[in-house]
Amino acid sequence: MKRKLSATLAAAALACGAGAAQAQVSDGVIKIGVLNDMSSLYADIAGPGSVIAAKMAIEDFGAEKKGMKVEVISADHQNKPDVGSSIARGWYDTDKVDAIVDVPTSSVALAINEITREKKKAFLNSGAASSDLTGKACSPNTVHWTYDTWMLANGTGNAIVKTGGDTWYFITADYAFGHALERDTEAVVLKNGGKVLGKVRHPLNNQDFSSFLLQAQASKAKIVGLANAGGDTINSIKQAAEFGIVKGGQNLAGMLVFISDIHGLGLNAAQGLIFTETFYWDLNDQTRAWTKRFAAQNGNKYPTMVHAGVYSAVLHYLKAIEAAKTDDGTAVIAKMKELPTDDPLFGKGTVRADGRKIHPAYLVEVKKPSESKGPYDYYKIRTTIPADQAFRPLADGGCALVK
Amino acid sequence: MHWALVVMVVFFALAPLVVYPVFLMKVMCFALFACAFNLLIGFGGLLSFGHSMFLGTAGYITAYSAKAWGLTPELAILLGTAASMMLGLLGGMLAIRRQGIYFAMITLALAQMVFFFYLQMKFTGGEDGIQAVPRGRLFGLIDLSNVYAMYGLVFAIFIGGFLLIWRTVNSPFGQVLKAIRENEARATSLGYDTDRYKLLAFVLSATLAGLAGATKALVFQLASLTDVHWTMSGEVVLMTLLGGLGTLFGPVVGAAIIISMQNYLAQLGAWVTVVQGVIFVVCVLAFRRGVVGEIAHRLKKPL
Amino acid sequence: MEIFGIPSQALFGQLLIGLINGSFYALLSLGLAVIFGLLNIINFTHGAQYMMGAFVAYLMLNKLGIGYWWALLIAPIVVGATGVLIERLMLSRLYQLDHLYGLLLTFGLALIIQGLFRNQYGSSGQPYAMPTQLLGSQNLGFMFLPNYRGWVIGASIVICLSTWFVIERTKLGSYLRAATENGQLVQAFGINVPRMVTLTYGFGVGLAALAGVMAAPIYQVSPQMGADMIIIVFAVVVIGGMGSIMGSILTGFGLGLIEGLTKVFYPEASNTVIFVIMAIVLLIKPAGLFGTQK
Repeated sequence: MKRKLSATLAAAALACGAGAAQAQVSDGVIKIGVLNDMSSLYADIAGPGSVIAAKMAIEDFGAEKKGMKVEVISADHQNKPDVGSSIARGWYDTDKVDAIVDVPTSSVALAINEITREKKKAFLNSGAASSDLTGKACSPNTVHWTYDTWMLANGTGNAIVKTGGDTWYFITADYAFGHALERDTEAVVLKNGGKVLGKVRHPLNNQDFSSFLLQAQASKAKIVGLANAGGDTINSIKQAAEFGIVKGGQNLAGMLVFISDIHGLGLNAAQGLIFTETFYWDLNDQTRAWTKRFAAQNGNKYPTMVHAGVYSAVLHYLKAIEAAKTDDGTAVIAKMKELPTDDPLFGKGTVRADGRKIHPAYLVEVKKPSESKGPYDYYKIRTTIPADQAFRPLADGGCALVK
Repeated sequence: MHWALVVMVVFFALAPLVVYPVFLMKVMCFALFACAFNLLIGFGGLLSFGHSMFLGTAGYITAYSAKAWGLTPELAILLGTAASMMLGLLGGMLAIRRQGIYFAMITLALAQMVFFFYLQMKFTGGEDGIQAVPRGRLFGLIDLSNVYAMYGLVFAIFIGGFLLIWRTVNSPFGQVLKAIRENEARATSLGYDTDRYKLLAFVLSATLAGLAGATKALVFQLASLTDVHWTMSGEVVLMTLLGGLGTLFGPVVGAAIIISMQNYLAQLGAWVTVVQGVIFVVCVLAFRRGVVGEIAHRLKKPL
Repeated sequence: MEIFGIPSQALFGQLLIGLINGSFYALLSLGLAVIFGLLNIINFTHGAQYMMGAFVAYLMLNKLGIGYWWALLIAPIVVGATGVLIERLMLSRLYQLDHLYGLLLTFGLALIIQGLFRNQYGSSGQPYAMPTQLLGSQNLGFMFLPNYRGWVIGASIVICLSTWFVIERTKLGSYLRAATENGQLVQAFGINVPRMVTLTYGFGVGLAALAGVMAAPIYQVSPQMGADMIIIVFAVVVIGGMGSIMGSILTGFGLGLIEGLTKVFYPEASNTVIFVIMAIVLLIKPAGLFGTQK
């Protein structure tokens, strides 16, 4: 009996000794939940690819060698705020999840933002667009990665208005993201002396855009701005070609387009489209190498900027946990703002006080079929917008965290 | 039958110690919703395909009044329930005039109109829903953000609603309703104003469905379009059918099974829909009495 | 030139769009009306069968290299065959019960079919190439009408009218109608009623699949495509009169036009207007505009 007790004590002492060098991680495991749309509108933009990206980040961070146990679980929020909320609550309360990552669809993201704030965990958003996440809904428990509506509006909007597209008609998806995108782009257009001739709202996941496109045609605006994403954007562009929008002399501006959308449309339909992204697989050797690894696990589908954002966010999150020696949500997020970021995909950047991750943005144009050398060779980089100009100025967001 | 009631009360009273309380609260809300629906079809013989409009209306009114007007939870719930009752009265007056499949179609039409109304209205937040609804302090005293306090409230509401339905079904009113379901012409010939009885049943069903929706909005602190979508109407039909049409405990069991299934199979994504479809088909073809109905049949006692 | 404050160009354009949508409503409600009118079955699976038609066309093109025109012929037959199976194995057991059980069964089947396809193909939809013969558009002056959409209007009018003709004006149609009124009597005359019922169900389902094939080039081929359509199509059938073939056809096109008009004057209400009309019709004339109360 005595031998067993001392053996146990010795083992415990050893374990304590080993643990002292580690972070004080809650129940010994850092659990990351990847929550996104796995089966619907945004499944190709985020979906299972984000889980792969998260796992790659954990691998590249060397979590095993450092003795940190990191687990990844995932779920489908079906683009519904109530489903997403239920999952998030269950994860935080019962499954001891420490951080939720990704969450495209702004309405769900805003819900998760609130719940994470309430439970004092961490929310690393890569997929959603609403600039409210770092504006009036900003939270000390949230970091908004990859992109937002302000960046899209300013990047694309500025460029187009300056080249003569000064009258706009918006076709907008009727939810948080669509409204935010329309609002931000309209502001840019008006600031640059342009005019907005009209707008029309369509339900999310809409099939038939014919009547909205007709109204856009009737307005005679030079630019038809598509303030929507995913399948809605693809449908709008396809049907715009059917109805001869471009033939009739108007131009399409895709406010939020991903490489997976261009892949689905094909270069014939998409050529000449101009929009803004923050990641492209063909930027440099590092992005190319990472993409090769990613594509091998993702059925040869190349990463979108959302996937890149998940990788970058998880990597920085783990670095922050190591430095802060805890996985308490609020503390880790604070540490993420303290430490500068550096990864092979976005290069060097920072996380601001309002939770906004800063990195450069790229204005791209879709190549003509003759210019493309192979699948996914789709973009010409027109300009690089430096990091300090790409995102909304800190003071303008109305975030309570910014003094 | 009283022993079954005791079993149910004890189960829901003790279960939060082992099972995630938020999950149980969800089950209770949907169980009340299904019981309310069953009042109409199981005992009144009227299939409503638009019951989601009552669940969702109460949810939105409660969520909005708690968030924007800062009402205390009991007032918010009362207001939401009252709103569903009014909608039930209006809808009922329109729908009761017809029977059978036409009745079902009118309720569906009304529910769709309600859905699109809420889609457009600013106060509902459209696709985003009303989020971050505060649970508040019950009567200004009990802080409902404590999960056990909230559970107590939901438990009380659920048992209260259930008992109300029990009393109704076993009252003279309930007997006439059953008579109307069996043979409306004969009931009329006996001198009963069948339209009035049907309307009353409809309004009662709507009110209780509203109560379920109002409570659910506070449990999840969210009111969204899912609650007024026609697929929600389909789900409550499924729960009741599976549990047992026309039994008292059937809808509770049906709701528990369906919600559990949705929860545990959630990782499998679209399989949940397939399984629900299979349950529908099997129930209709071979299992028409439902789970509780079969048990009651074997025990030869009403449940 | 302005009509009620809307430029006539925009108005005619929206009306034409409305007519195109109306063609789909008409084709789908035709199948539903045939099934309900002749068999008293409320076929909730109709939306899923429409979706299956589109998917069969998609699979034929992408896996077998068989194009649109063959798909128009083969997809309805394939999906119609599955309909025959459903009727033989499941629906036939429910005829002596309340109609509502048929509704619940077909509702369940719809969930199964949709769920299976969603599992396999995700929700985002597959592209289906437009047949090359129908590419391009005509400049009608007030709008560019894509040729394909013009074809849709024309084809559905032809299909609807021929179906109506067969059912209302031919001997085969009269057998069908008689069998609905009094199946036993017709059987006594030596006509195989159960087989007729089965084939009629299959035919109605085939019509849904045909609509699906026609929808494939313009709408994304997705497992969800039938789900929201089915509710609107029900409304059309109920308004037109649940047993009336001509009623469904006229109501389908008519409702498409009304929806188109609403999109011009008050776009927010365009989804609701069909249901408002349905509620009104049900209150005034529950058998529908062209129906007869049974």
